[in-house]
Amino acid sequence: MAFEPKEEQTELKYDELRIYSEEELNNYTEEDLKNFKCKHDIPDLDELETGPWPSFVSDAKREALHRRKLADDRMLIERDVVEDMLGQLQLSFDDGETHWKHGGIVGVFGYGGGVIGRYSDLQDKFPSIAHFHTMRVNQPASKFYNTNYLRSLCDLWEYRGSGMMNLHGSTGDIIFLGTFTEQLEPIFYELGHVLQQDLGGSGSNLRTPSCCIGKARCEWSCIDTQDLCYELTHYYQDELHRPAFPYKFKFKFDGCPNCCVASIARADMSYIGTWRDDIRIDQEAVQAYVGGEIEPDGGAHKGKDWGKFDLEKEVINLCPTKCMWMEGSKLMIDNKECTRCMHCINVMPKALRPGVDTGVSILLGAKAPILEGAQMSTLTIPFMKCEPPYDNIKEIIEKIWEWWPEEGKNRERLGELIQRQGITKLLEVLGIPPMPQMVKEPRSNPYIFWKEDDVPGGWDRDINDYRSRHKR
Amino acid sequence: MALSTERLGLYNPDKPMENRLTDLGPRHFWQYFPPVIQNNYGKWKYHEILEPGILVHVSETGDKVFTIRCGGCRFMTAEHVREICDIADKHCDGFLRFTTRNNIEFMVDSLDKMEALKKDLESRKHVTGSYKFPIGGTGAGVTNIVHTQGYIHCHTPATDASSMVKAVLDDLFDYFQGMTLPAHVRVSMACCLNMCGAVHCSDVALLGYHRKPPIIDNEVLDSLCEIPLVIAACPTAAISPTKTEGGKKSVKIKNERCMFCGNCYTMCMAVPLSDKEGDCVTIMAGGKVSNRISPPKFSKVVIPALPNNFPRFPEVCESVKKIIEAYAADANKYERVGDWAERIGWEKFFEKCDIPFTEHLIDDYRLQYDTYRTSSLFKFTEAAWEVSRAAGGID
Repeated sequence: MAFEPKEEQTELKYDELRIYSEEELNNYTEEDLKNFKCKHDIPDLDELETGPWPSFVSDAKREALHRRKLADDRMLIERDVVEDMLGQLQLSFDDGETHWKHGGIVGVFGYGGGVIGRYSDLQDKFPSIAHFHTMRVNQPASKFYNTNYLRSLCDLWEYRGSGMMNLHGSTGDIIFLGTFTEQLEPIFYELGHVLQQDLGGSGSNLRTPSCCIGKARCEWSCIDTQDLCYELTHYYQDELHRPAFPYKFKFKFDGCPNCCVASIARADMSYIGTWRDDIRIDQEAVQAYVGGEIEPDGGAHKGKDWGKFDLEKEVINLCPTKCMWMEGSKLMIDNKECTRCMHCINVMPKALRPGVDTGVSILLGAKAPILEGAQMSTLTIPFMKCEPPYDNIKEIIEKIWEWWPEEGKNRERLGELIQRQGITKLLEVLGIPPMPQMVKEPRSNPYIFWKEDDVPGGWDRDINDYRSRHKR
Repeated sequence: MALSTERLGLYNPDKPMENRLTDLGPRHFWQYFPPVIQNNYGKWKYHEILEPGILVHVSETGDKVFTIRCGGCRFMTAEHVREICDIADKHCDGFLRFTTRNNIEFMVDSLDKMEALKKDLESRKHVTGSYKFPIGGTGAGVTNIVHTQGYIHCHTPATDASSMVKAVLDDLFDYFQGMTLPAHVRVSMACCLNMCGAVHCSDVALLGYHRKPPIIDNEVLDSLCEIPLVIAACPTAAISPTKTEGGKKSVKIKNERCMFCGNCYTMCMAVPLSDKEGDCVTIMAGGKVSNRISPPKFSKVVIPALPNNFPRFPEVCESVKKIIEAYAADANKYERVGDWAERIGWEKFFEKCDIPFTEHLIDDYRLQYDTYRTSSLFKFTEAAWEVSRAAGGID
């Protein structure tokens, strides 16, 4: 199936959009690069140019040299922004402390997020990074790009900012690293008007949602992760740009229980694709694995000789629910006992595939340790159909967003509120009954907070009536 | 419409709301799928890793897409991205993607194109010798380390990120380019407890940590911060209101209650924590996010503090290598670091990794009891004999 964009999007053509000429883009030689010396003494950073892993210092020097050779009027912030960043980084190593000031409230009109203010605490020494604000640019789902788009971003950011970026930040945005306050609005206008591209989230709001590669290039994805991510990001733009929450709120979409975007560890609301029918089995392919004709685990263990593939040992005995067995040469699965851990499917991708009646499990409340300790998301909705326009999912989201902003304390994540008020409260909010799947095990203490309604006869009792049976 | 070169571009500061476009959201993903991806969306049948870093996905239609995965620094300049674009234009019809773990993926639709692309990628090096596009990061190996900003952009770090990641990956490079380990090993790095990298469920997590209580900037605290918010920010109630000798409102800190989380500093710039000697690197191990075989797990603290030895963090590199080598030698096929540690017992983990077990590793925060061992099931290691000796149980 093909998806259609929600709004008409102009195709971006770099040649029509570009700022820099070919000559400007190729304004230094390899020889120049070898001879390049940063204006600050940076011995520790020079050291980080050795070794096989890509050196971010070598990359930064390239950008620094390129900026040195551009004409004065071909960039709108200081040309040696990269060199000053490197200089301050070296000094941070020397001092064992960061040299970025705390905070800085800057942004674009009407948005409460998307821009992180940052100022150097050594502005006399490193004037070109006196302001070093970050902008978060909302990435396209799954981070596929074409070069027309990326080259246009590069020109825009080199002209109006430092040329330094993160691809990508932890939450998923493209991060523009370092510009001056004056350029924030102009960059926002260029992004919106020319590139039809918005900023991402920061602060106490919906953070930029992100998803795994999904059906675009993975045989295991049970849901259209990109479409769901795109739809919810667009539908909740107000929540993304205008903070009204107690703290951050994250959506992440994993197509299957392998959890490649780590939704279960990182998202307040984790969506994990799953299925409720049977694992599809190609018995011939199972035999091909047994016969050693196909590499197990998609070839993931090729680097070491683990011996001949042993179906019994590597699949059947490792199945956490022991719901698989062989009948003759036929692999059998008791699907109602399966918890869909993906191991057998991962080991034999040509023989086993997830079912076709697919949907999403919704888990709630993951977060990093600040403050009450790290939490992973709790299984809350076992299975939900996941089809556009995803109204059933939006209803769940909105019930949570009626409760958490109302009851949550300042800087309290959803997972902490669930702990504080209890899963029982969450069930009431969502209007769902309890199920054993929500817990690892039932409680081991009997300190149940019974409600008056739960107990026959109510709580109002007459002491005289009691005393009529029991003397003091 | 071309990108503007006017100083303020399309923005008119006199009329800031004029022509303001908002709530556009991200661009639609479909236009960035190369034809082979568009044509086979949802039709993929299976995949195979041909060699480290190179995958082929086969569709029900018979189409194949070959992917070459390259390590990338999360920090990237426009110059580097343009080179990535050059490669994509030359080999991949102008398409590419990035993974969640900061790898770059180039896709082509035939084996011949893949070989040409591979050759090209392998030939590209920075002038000082490091690879620009090392191929790897697939299967049972170490893939790219996700990390945070560190000293490059952040105001709360207890260490630097890009430098540590570069040093550790230089050391683990063979594991990035090989698939010799028992299972995937995910290494992640965060420079403070805020963990914008959410490293708390990684096979090996590197975490910057402060170890000195905040310094109080009494001169400005009351004018810059909301004192009740600073007090409320402390999870251990270590912060209380006070007045300085000069009569200024401020806060005081019960040092013995401080767990150095830095939450107060996030709320108030007048209580900085960072310190050259105090700040350190904590190593955690045994976490995962996948549901495969066993449920997702948190990483556990296995080394409480290693020095911030810039720029190459030799103690950190050595410790990570020690853990991975012990795991590689001892774990079963498909067993993640945490599964291995649970099977052999954490006492054996410390023995096999040759890591000392110190009192810092025993939880004393909330829910600590959940981590106590309440059984007689244990293995004898030297650490156990030492206890027996100390208790007078053996000579």
